[in-house]
Amino acid sequence: MAEGEPPTPGEARKSSKKRKNVRDPDATETAKRLKRGPAVNLKSITDKKLKGKLRRAEAVFNSSRKKAIQVNEWLLPATAGTLEAEGIERTWKFKQEDIVQAVDVTAARKVFDLSLPELGPYKLSFTRNGRFMLLGGSLGHLAIMDWQRAHLVCEVQVREAVRDVVFLHNETFFAAAQKKYVYVYDKRGLEVHCLQDHTLVNALDFLPHHFLLTSIGEYGVLRYQDTSTGHIVAQHKTHLGPCSVMRHNPYNGVIMLGHARGCVTMWTPNLTTAAVKMLCHTGPVNALAVDPSGTYMATAGMDSQIKVWDVRMLRPMHTYYSHAPVTSMDISQRGLLAVGYGRKLQIWQDALRNKAKSPYLNHNLPGVMEAFRFCPYEDVLGIGHSAGISTILVPGAGEPNFDSFVANPFQTVKARQHQEVAALLDKLQPDSIVLDPDIIGRVRKEPADVARQRREEEAAANTARLVAMRREAEAKDKMKGKNKPSRRHRKKQNNIIEDRKPAIKERQKEEAARRKEAAEKNETAIPKDAPRAVRRFYK
Amino acid sequence: MKVKVISRSEEDYTRERTSDLRKVQRNYDPLLHQFEKAKEYTRALNAAKLNRIFAKPFLAALQHDDGVTCLARNPKLVNSIVAGSADGDIRIWDIPRERTLRRLVGHTGAVKGISFAPDGETCVSASTDATVKLWKVPYAPFEAGVVQDDAEAVFEFQGKNAFRGIDHHWDRSTFATAGVAVDIWDHSRSEPIQTFTWGSDTVTSVRFNPAEPDVFASTGSDRAITLYDLRQATPLRKMVMQTRSNALAWNPMEPFNFTAANEDCCLYTFDMRKLGSALCVHKDFVSAVMDVDYSPTGREFVAGSYDRSLRIFSVSGGHSREVYTTKRMQRVFAVRFSGDATYVFSGSDDMNVRCWKAKASEQLGIRLPREKHKQAYNDALLERYKHMP
Repeated sequence: MAEGEPPTPGEARKSSKKRKNVRDPDATETAKRLKRGPAVNLKSITDKKLKGKLRRAEAVFNSSRKKAIQVNEWLLPATAGTLEAEGIERTWKFKQEDIVQAVDVTAARKVFDLSLPELGPYKLSFTRNGRFMLLGGSLGHLAIMDWQRAHLVCEVQVREAVRDVVFLHNETFFAAAQKKYVYVYDKRGLEVHCLQDHTLVNALDFLPHHFLLTSIGEYGVLRYQDTSTGHIVAQHKTHLGPCSVMRHNPYNGVIMLGHARGCVTMWTPNLTTAAVKMLCHTGPVNALAVDPSGTYMATAGMDSQIKVWDVRMLRPMHTYYSHAPVTSMDISQRGLLAVGYGRKLQIWQDALRNKAKSPYLNHNLPGVMEAFRFCPYEDVLGIGHSAGISTILVPGAGEPNFDSFVANPFQTVKARQHQEVAALLDKLQPDSIVLDPDIIGRVRKEPADVARQRREEEAAANTARLVAMRREAEAKDKMKGKNKPSRRHRKKQNNIIEDRKPAIKERQKEEAARRKEAAEKNETAIPKDAPRAVRRFYK
Repeated sequence: MKVKVISRSEEDYTRERTSDLRKVQRNYDPLLHQFEKAKEYTRALNAAKLNRIFAKPFLAALQHDDGVTCLARNPKLVNSIVAGSADGDIRIWDIPRERTLRRLVGHTGAVKGISFAPDGETCVSASTDATVKLWKVPYAPFEAGVVQDDAEAVFEFQGKNAFRGIDHHWDRSTFATAGVAVDIWDHSRSEPIQTFTWGSDTVTSVRFNPAEPDVFASTGSDRAITLYDLRQATPLRKMVMQTRSNALAWNPMEPFNFTAANEDCCLYTFDMRKLGSALCVHKDFVSAVMDVDYSPTGREFVAGSYDRSLRIFSVSGGHSREVYTTKRMQRVFAVRFSGDATYVFSGSDDMNVRCWKAKASEQLGIRLPREKHKQAYNDALLERYKHMP
């Protein structure tokens, strides 16, 4: 039957039947992702009221999940980027020039090379919505630019060494780790704060949901500062020497540090020691990266190994061999791993869950790279190197569909102000940072021995109370006729005096001792043979 | 090579003119919405704090000349309440303007019960001076002024002994009085048309069932709750408890359930078909519970007690959701819910009828849909995280 002809009724029925049996694979994938964990087991609950409430809650949750699945399946406007090699081509052989030529004008405009060779290797940071890029050159050049529209927002030369830069909650503020202290700047380039508590800082990071600025430096002290109230929330001495590798886990807000001894430590503001200490490499840890879902961590060490770990189980997963020391690593929103060695950059696709056999893309840089970051919600990787800043296209790196209430690249000024207020109202407390954020609100069944002990204590207390009641009742009978008001009053008066007696006696004793001491002092001060007229000169 | 890269055109995501709507994109992937539970808990904490800040339930106090002994709600009007006091004075109050519309004079003893006929224009009141008076309640006027008129009773029913309670039938023009025994009266007869007795103890209150109009229940000083049917000659069932019940109220949405306010500081909710055990025991008062009334929604009820407080309970809640008390409020003898379930009235010994909000932190007046949605969201959050510190 030709394709254009409409199906006959009999065949239509058959095809519709077939459609019912075939499941859309995307539907199950989205459904699984939106499920957020297993449902409550209602069979084990005996309390009928609670059971009814939970059943209703589960029904509401399921209906909202179905609506969300529909929206996510059919209404999302964009799809992720792809790069496919045809025939005998391999993706890692493609050069950036070829990719840029094959792509439309809007995307081609995103690739640029800023040549700034005099002001030192550059570090960079993106805002959460990927709209603004912050450059920090080691010789003191700080600049914010709206990189997609090639518009410079501000530029300032601080004439000091800058070791790291990071945006705070939005593009209006950023922090720079300079020679001695950390400085906070406005988006006009004006210095707003000088954070003198943070000294000789090597790396900075910002936890957006908690409004915490973290720093680690030469002294190996990890400091958390709340940028909304200005207090130092915690400072932990790592006792592991100077450190310059620091990343935060976006899933649970835990800070991960890579040390020169080869161990990776994970810190929360509550605990004064590391929550987790893992020995990852036999040499110093060069670079660290965490994926946005908080499941995988990639570490690179001086022992030419790149290891992928399961962070939730703290188990090693894969090991890759690196032919040169790794300078920097980053993981994109969709799980692409970018590894930088000196002038060369390699991007691996699907290297975290499974062991990848070959890289996805390769790139050579005009200068020695310092740091790079994937731009959120864009298929772009921004690289800071000794000759300036470059951006390259990495198809499939960014999340194509953003949520306007989380991060909006096309945010207006009013929307930004509203979002700032909402974020401050929803600011999470630093002592809520734990390794497993699902613990909040979870009900834990009491262990059997604790329950048994509690029941024994209750029984003992009840019997004690009954015994006391019985004794009181008996005492009442004994006191029958002897509880006259006058007798009670007299006893009360006696008791009061009894209570005060020891205190009064002690005070009298103290007073006597003091007087005696004063008399003695007076006696010793005045010699015995001095005439009376002279005595006043000795007082 | 086949390449596809994310490239967004600005027109698709921004608006052209200020008169256009702003475009909102949603993506419900949990990867983009991190820290869901922590954020919800923070918002629940903020909602709880806001509730405490805005909890100002007391609205107005309406003065009487003697302790207020009973209250009655007009089924057809939402903005008025009728209160009877211990000196026989009955006042119809206009609550928004806090003024008396009518004073119904005539009783010489304490007014023990007032009840409205279903048409909302007639009410009957029973007093300890052994009379029941029938009044015509006019529609509330809108002119300014304190007391309009002293109105006289239209009809007077003379009884032999003091009356303790009264309730009007939901359909017909009959009413039941509680005193020595339960008497059924008709508007047009001067003698009771029917009498129910079971034992020789006083009956303290009667209430007609809202769904089954011929069924009613009474509480007596023999610690019993008795069920009657007008179509039968004798009472149906009697349930004796350990302590006496002071008042009774039927659930308007589940009319087979009723709640009894007991002397032992608790309220008991029973299913009238299964009087063997209570459905729920509501405990929170420290002294005898004097009166109980259900909200028109049938989901909660208000109770006033001898311990100078009134509490609002949820139907299935063992403990009260809210407690209202003031230094100046003495023993609460009568409580009523308003017709729109927004306000609660309490008549107490300190000669005042007080008007309170049913939800202490509720914003009254017309609210924007955005505000209503936020309030509903806050309530849902508080419900979900109510067990957490």
